[in-house]
Amino acid sequence: MPPDVAPGRALLSVRALTASYRGLAALHGIALDVAAGEIVAVVGANGAGKSTLLRAIAGQMQTGGDIVFDGTKLQRLAAHRISRMGVALVPEGRRLFMRLSVEDNLRLGAYARHGPDRFGPLDLVYELFPRLRERLAQRAGTLSGGEQQMLAIGRALMTSPRLLMLDEPSQGIMPRLVDDILAAVERIRARGVTILIVEQRLVETLAIADRAYVLQTGRVVMSGAAREIASDAEVRRAYLGM
Amino acid sequence: MSTAIVVQVALGGLLMGLVYALVAAGLSLIFGLMDVVNFAHGELLMLAMYATFVIHENSGLDPLLQLPLVAALLFGIGVAIYRGLIARALGVRFNTGMVQIFVTFGLSIFLVGAAQLAFGADFRSISNGLLANRTVAMGAIVLPLSQVAAGLVCLIAFAALALISRTEFGRALEATREDRDAVALIGIDRDRVFSIGWGIGAATVGIAGVMLASFYYISPTVGGNFALIAYVTVALGGFGSLLGALVAGILVGLVEAMTALFIDPSLKQIGIFAIYVLVLMIRPRGLFGRL
Repeated sequence: MPPDVAPGRALLSVRALTASYRGLAALHGIALDVAAGEIVAVVGANGAGKSTLLRAIAGQMQTGGDIVFDGTKLQRLAAHRISRMGVALVPEGRRLFMRLSVEDNLRLGAYARHGPDRFGPLDLVYELFPRLRERLAQRAGTLSGGEQQMLAIGRALMTSPRLLMLDEPSQGIMPRLVDDILAAVERIRARGVTILIVEQRLVETLAIADRAYVLQTGRVVMSGAAREIASDAEVRRAYLGM
Repeated sequence: MSTAIVVQVALGGLLMGLVYALVAAGLSLIFGLMDVVNFAHGELLMLAMYATFVIHENSGLDPLLQLPLVAALLFGIGVAIYRGLIARALGVRFNTGMVQIFVTFGLSIFLVGAAQLAFGADFRSISNGLLANRTVAMGAIVLPLSQVAAGLVCLIAFAALALISRTEFGRALEATREDRDAVALIGIDRDRVFSIGWGIGAATVGIAGVMLASFYYISPTVGGNFALIAYVTVALGGFGSLLGALVAGILVGLVEAMTALFIDPSLKQIGIFAIYVLVLMIRPRGLFGRL
């Protein structure tokens, strides 16, 4: 498969990535590039390895192959170091600290940051999700699904990421809010944050993405401009079940 | 039996209960943080008592003035135990539960043996400290100053723990406790949180040890009694609850004192364990537990 991003332009570059989950190989030699400022979507059926891919990049599992972020190899780095380098993951299931308040969840996002501006991203978070500001004292566990997703994204933004990875942000939230979340993703990109998004909502996601990768059983079977992938009837039928 | 005696015994029980509560708080903190029961917790208390004794013997520094020193020493020991043993035990792939139990169980046996080797099995005590042989009198009620001081210091230590839980580190501790994998996603080094948690847990029991050393006998096996009571206290208060440890500790101290007064001093622990059985039957998660 030809390189998708001109050499040297990739913020994130993944090569020959393999990973297993409970002893079963889940990724078979994935190659993927994300250039700075892009929104890249990873699509595919359930079990294609999309979440595993994001977890592997975030250092949450053992992997083989190469993951290079801004010139640094991420493998063998502990997950918290990868986060400190500017790679944030909004994980499947959100993984919020349910017993802590909304404000504590957000502030903890900046825990590993230093300097007077460490809580600076709060302004952006409130701008994107004004509802969070109204619920600062509330426990995260009492928020609605949509609000929890906003909080999970907000917490990740508090780490001041350069690459924000989102794993199924539309999962378990009201359809009306899905558009809001995806609109927020676009606005986050406009602030200079690069986005790698895994999503089941294909039409909406491919509409905001620049490029996309189609995964099937742990392999990249197609990649290219999001618009082309969205309009390719063959792709839609064969890989995306549409 | 006069009211004054009952009140005096109750106050004595209350003060001892505060010590129990602080010992339990350290145990509860570590358990709540990482689901590891520290079976060597009582031995940390014993180490703190011997440290106090040795420093007092060699330098004459009063136990009360040793508080920061011994607390810092125990903090270091707690961190070392986590880094040297627990972190490794958590990393094993098979039989993790058993490994975690036996690693601290083995440490406990080792520490008792080491203390016997170093100090012999004789009981020691510190009889000439600032607090020794003094009393606080309120009318007909007379209490030993050393116990009053121990109760107060333990109460202050509780306040310090409550303050820590309100700091940013306290929040990180709470977050790590809830989801030890998710904290890495926001750059928190959970290993560091765990080590500091062990440090604080050990320092807490260290403070109790210093205060106990002023009025309680010191021996290699002294930790066992306190550890047993601490388990009951933690179960009664609710695993991981600071307030629970405080309330339950006081309750245990009172029950122990009252059982000794009204039934028989040699049976004083029966009351405690009766409560334990009742808790397990009626409210297994404890008074303030949120299991």
